[in-house]
Amino acid sequence: MSDHNPASENTSEHISEHISSLGSCLAIWLALLAGTTLTVAAAFIDLGPFNTIVALTIATIKATLVVLFYMHVKYTHEKLTGLVIVSAIFFLFILLALSMADYTTRLWR
Amino acid sequence: MATAVVSDSGERETYLNAGYGLKSWLLTVDHKRIALLYLMSITFFFFIGGFFALLIRLELLTPAGELVQSDTYNKLFTMHGQVMVFFFLIPAVPAVLGNFLIPLMIGAKDLAFPRINLLSWYLYIIGGTLMIYTILNGGVDTGWTFYTPLSTEFLKTNVISAIVGIFFAGFSSILTGLNFIVTIHRMRAPGMTWNRLPLFVWAHYATSIIQVLGTPVVAITLVLVALERLFHLGVFNPMLGGDPLLFQHLFWFYSHPAVYIMILPGMGIVSEIVCCFSRKRIFGYKAMTLAVVGIAVIGFLVWAHHMFVAGISLYAALIFSLLSYFVAVPSAIKVFNWTATMYKGSITYQTPMLYAFGFIGLFTIGGLTGLFLACLGVDVHVHDTYFIIAHFHYIMVGGMVMAYLGGMHFWWPKISGRMYPEGWGKLAALIVFIGFNLTFFPQFILGYMGMPRRYHSYPPEFQILNVLSTAGATILAVGYLLPMVYFVWSMRYGKPAPPNPWNAAGLEWQTHSPPPTFNFDEQPVVTWEAYNYDEIDKIPEKEEVPVAH
Amino acid sequence: MHTSQAAVDEPAHENPALLHHFATKGQQKNAASLGMWLFLAQEVMFFGGLFCAYLVYRYKYFGDFGSASQQLDIRLGTTNTVVLICSSLTVVLAIRAVQLGKRTALVFWLLATILFGLAFLGIKADEYAEKFEKHHVPGASFSYHELLPGQEKFPAAERQYANPHHAEMFFSLYFVMTGMHALHMIIGVGLFGFLAYKAWRGKYTPDYYTPIENAGLYWHFVDIVWIYLFGLLYLIDRHR
Repeated sequence: MSDHNPASENTSEHISEHISSLGSCLAIWLALLAGTTLTVAAAFIDLGPFNTIVALTIATIKATLVVLFYMHVKYTHEKLTGLVIVSAIFFLFILLALSMADYTTRLWR
Repeated sequence: MATAVVSDSGERETYLNAGYGLKSWLLTVDHKRIALLYLMSITFFFFIGGFFALLIRLELLTPAGELVQSDTYNKLFTMHGQVMVFFFLIPAVPAVLGNFLIPLMIGAKDLAFPRINLLSWYLYIIGGTLMIYTILNGGVDTGWTFYTPLSTEFLKTNVISAIVGIFFAGFSSILTGLNFIVTIHRMRAPGMTWNRLPLFVWAHYATSIIQVLGTPVVAITLVLVALERLFHLGVFNPMLGGDPLLFQHLFWFYSHPAVYIMILPGMGIVSEIVCCFSRKRIFGYKAMTLAVVGIAVIGFLVWAHHMFVAGISLYAALIFSLLSYFVAVPSAIKVFNWTATMYKGSITYQTPMLYAFGFIGLFTIGGLTGLFLACLGVDVHVHDTYFIIAHFHYIMVGGMVMAYLGGMHFWWPKISGRMYPEGWGKLAALIVFIGFNLTFFPQFILGYMGMPRRYHSYPPEFQILNVLSTAGATILAVGYLLPMVYFVWSMRYGKPAPPNPWNAAGLEWQTHSPPPTFNFDEQPVVTWEAYNYDEIDKIPEKEEVPVAH
Repeated sequence: MHTSQAAVDEPAHENPALLHHFATKGQQKNAASLGMWLFLAQEVMFFGGLFCAYLVYRYKYFGDFGSASQQLDIRLGTTNTVVLICSSLTVVLAIRAVQLGKRTALVFWLLATILFGLAFLGIKADEYAEKFEKHHVPGASFSYHELLPGQEKFPAAERQYANPHHAEMFFSLYFVMTGMHALHMIIGVGLFGFLAYKAWRGKYTPDYYTPIENAGLYWHFVDIVWIYLFGLLYLIDRHR
């Protein structure tokens, strides 16, 4: 009856909604605050070209924590969500990378 | 066992008679009614854009610009482009045929978000109203491409109202795409697996990805142009350290994939028509699905081929040239597969099939000339000439508009419950084909000979080709008017259509013409592969695929 | 062709939250969730255009951008980052509350989120006012006469100043990017206000809280945009 039923793949009779524990909510919160402290502190240290990289890396770690835990992506069975996120990031990357391919090579001989 | 709902007067309930009055249409959430709302609107804007085209062609009858002044001419081609691109080409197939057919083709009762569907139409109307205001208030003359710093610093025309109008149309397009993606993922009937989906649905899926990911970039870019105009920001102003090419990068990042938004749905239509009128499964179903997704993805990687002579670095130009060659491959695969589908098929030449043939031939020419343009050396010569204009009109008009007309004829019985007059259909298709080629083929030659685009006067030696082109345009106009007339005629006097007049494969043909509001009398369950014409044609003629009456 | 009674006979009338065109509530929820994620994907690209413009000009005018960045108040920026992180916490606590069926807690955490959002906007307004006073708002009244980062260590006669046009470019992007972000925050605050009202009226239960969840996704996204904005705009060349 429900074999090959795409509609039933998507029904959540079986989806147990994951309820985050209070502990994990607070742990992520503290991690985000720690990351903020770290990134501000690192900004005042001269790391040469690595200042930008460090800032972006910390920002990305914070963003990843928010996406995986606060936005529940870690707990969802839905692989499509991950695909949507990855696609958006991929195409943003294309926009940035190929535009910069022009700007960084303008003065080349 | 459910049966068709019959009203007290004995008339079967369809989406058309399920409620009368303006409110029942303007507040509908039925995807089929929304499709018709869109049909009215985009047809209206098609005529507006076409009107500007006719004025352009009239002006170009004589070498000296005599009909209008050059500033006015700038407005004519700008508004022709903006109206046609943003208010006709981008919404036409998805918002009319896609809206109508996708739920039917996948066996669903409606799209995933019917109210957002209605919202997207209202956003389109708001955008369209702003565009009409722009036109009536003196027009805009930036070119449809809004290049800076002309659009930000030097023009006093209605740039901002045009931008806001296009912004709304873009938002409408994003919501349509979002709706389709969720619908296709979540609302398929039991048994309708991804590999059984009609290619029309796959094409709209790929289109929707582009709509959702690409349109926001042009949206924010146009916002920046508007802010720059209002507050003199300097983001695109070389005097203040800005780079006009940044605008072009951001603009074309969307506007190149936008051309795939325009063509992919047309390709979906052609797949449906070719299979039906060759009585064959599509050749290479898997390759066709990979091709549409491939076109969507690779289409995002090639945008700076519009900027080869604008001042980008040579190295960037080389990269984009190479990538532009790649994007032709999946399109070519589709043309080969349509051809292979027809090979040893049982071909008949009804009107939809004539349009499909037209599409395949003209799209191929347009696409091939695109390859010429991907070559840096050639592009240097023909960029900003009529060669480019001919190239994209072959694809957009010879391709996309023909596919749209083919689709409208193919599904007209399903949409209206009436047959259009076949003789007139064939005649109109022939007139369109002749008119189209007479209009645009001379433009390839003109461009190659050096006539620049966006100029209203030209050297006298170009006149004969321009006259041919204008003559073609008037013939083309007749070809477009004919279906308007006989479609309307058919709503009253056309032969009532059976559920499946073409004996075509596809779930949409397994319900009534026109369908009831909730599409199917019973939830369909799919147990067959797509384009199962071999099975369909084994059934003796009169026994149509069972539909509960 | 057979009837699939199961899918059709899902008793819509027994379940008022189930819309007519969906077969089951799970399908409806999944659809809403996917729709929200796709909306966020397009938001990524929307802000992405601005990030592209920023990247290009930061690359071209790194020194001048560093100078302009130092004109932003890092204490206010950091405070705002902390405020938003707290607001993301209150959002997840709100979702937890509705999942556990606690209506009062739900309303409380939604209001807390709104409060943090308003605090953010207030601090932002303060920053904008300060920029206005210092004539750092792009346009006719813009004026900029600051040193490039690290120039203090040179003798006065040799110190190099930042190019005012390029500094103005920084501020143009600063205002557009943070302004667009603030606009999204305002919409978010309004959304949460509406949801808080509905929540107080008892509309959301452990069985149906999709709007809260989707609004939460939106809010977290806006938080993530700020995380990047903060790092890129406020922290360029602070060590000099």
